[in-house]
Amino acid sequence: MPETAPLLAVRELHAWYGESHILHGVTFDVRPGEVVTLLGRNGAGKTTTLKSIMGIVGRRRGAVSFDGHELIARPSNHIAWLGIAFCPEERGIFASLNVEENLMLPPAVRPGGLSVEAIHTLFPNLRERRRSQGTKLSGGEQQMLAIARILRTGARLLLLDEPTEGLAPVIVQQIGATIRRLKSEGFTILLVEQNFRFAATVADRHYVMEHGRVVDAIANAELATHMDKLHEYLGV
Amino acid sequence: MTIFGVPTQALFGQLLIGLINGAFYALLSLGLSVIFGLLNIINFAHGAQYMMGAFVAYFALQWTGLGYWPSLLLAPVVVGLFGIVLERTMLKRLYQLDHLYGLLLTFGVALVVQGVFRNQFGSSGLPYTAPAQLTGGYNLGFMFLPTYRAWVVVFSLVVCFATWYVIERTKLGAYLRAATENPTLVQAFGINVPRMITLTYGFGVALAALAGVLAAPIYQVNPLMGADLIIVVFAVVVIGGLGSIMGSIVTGFGLGVIEGFTKVFYPEASNTVIFVIMALVLLVRPAGLFGRAT
Repeated sequence: MPETAPLLAVRELHAWYGESHILHGVTFDVRPGEVVTLLGRNGAGKTTTLKSIMGIVGRRRGAVSFDGHELIARPSNHIAWLGIAFCPEERGIFASLNVEENLMLPPAVRPGGLSVEAIHTLFPNLRERRRSQGTKLSGGEQQMLAIARILRTGARLLLLDEPTEGLAPVIVQQIGATIRRLKSEGFTILLVEQNFRFAATVADRHYVMEHGRVVDAIANAELATHMDKLHEYLGV
Repeated sequence: MTIFGVPTQALFGQLLIGLINGAFYALLSLGLSVIFGLLNIINFAHGAQYMMGAFVAYFALQWTGLGYWPSLLLAPVVVGLFGIVLERTMLKRLYQLDHLYGLLLTFGVALVVQGVFRNQFGSSGLPYTAPAQLTGGYNLGFMFLPTYRAWVVVFSLVVCFATWYVIERTKLGAYLRAATENPTLVQAFGINVPRMITLTYGFGVALAALAGVLAAPIYQVNPLMGADLIIVVFAVVVIGGLGSIMGSIVTGFGLGVIEGFTKVFYPEASNTVIFVIMALVLLVRPAGLFGRAT
């Protein structure tokens, strides 16, 4: 069976924050319709990898190709218009905007995004609280808002940075269900996670990062047989 | 008729002067707030840009015969473009640095611009007359209301609230507010934030120029007209809270009125009352009356 061409191909990616060299040649692929996670300890370079793809780190080198376009020299607003959307770890809900304004903020970059109606069906709380100040929502609701607002835009590749961090188990389950639902609707998702038990419930494949490099790739089906190795990688 | 032993004529006369001053405080501090919010630049060139607005109106009349009404549009556009060039060539290099650098640069620009104009035109005022439609006035019984002054108060209120509406109630304003909080993320959503910053600076400068045109028939056109005013406007901005839109408008008009009444009841303090209030506000609420503590 011929492999589908990757939607996102990252090759020898290096990135710097000021003088500190964070990524030392990251290489991996994400194919269309896949959910892929980046696992690894704190400081392994997972978040920086997402930010480098999105074009919001200080300096980067290497190659990031998305849907036939080379991203490495483009500013982040151009990258967004090619169809990539980013949900940051700190969620980035705007305090001076209400829930509805937060939801409607990112411009629709391509056709095919979820309608507001569909988003409200997925996250009913956001409809009830649409007039509230964005940062008055609970942590779980803010995370839903942060994911919801990038579903509207028509972006095909979603970069989610630790969407389950600090959330109650019931909310984590809801976010897991949302990710599986998005996958079934054809979204491609690159997920950064520390919690591999959660990652195992949503992902097709996992890449393990250490010291600014991808050091291993594990298919989700093989996860059980690689548990010992994974424990060692993640230090859990 | 008297109120607290003061003739109503004098009281309402000072109230009107207070509102006029307040209109200029509000327009200028609004521009400063919009600029500071997004650019983190304390625009010390604001007074010079206000003066340039008045001069563009003066030149338009002298050189091309264009009168007051076209100048209300022309001066903000011309001076706004000057601001855009300033932002693209100089200010944009300072965003990563401390506020102090932006303040020093814009202060230097103000000195250069004011120096050039003073060299050319001296420091005595050049006359500029209000358009025929706005001359004369109304006798309200308790006071005489000059038409032009009423126009300045009403028009600046309209401009202030239109600006407030755009920033607080529209999509464009939502981009602006969001970019004030987290420009990196807003740009990652696909918004051209650098262009938005340039246009915002141009808009803030255009507001100053508009105030300059409005001021020309009242205070004459003078190279140092902005240098005197800007110090008071900065006090107004500190009292209202830097970066707050509604705060700038309310504080601008409010302090103008307070200053006017001080002239009636305790004239000795009329030049210092705003600075006394500033000191008191800084003691009690260092972020300003409407400012968010950061």
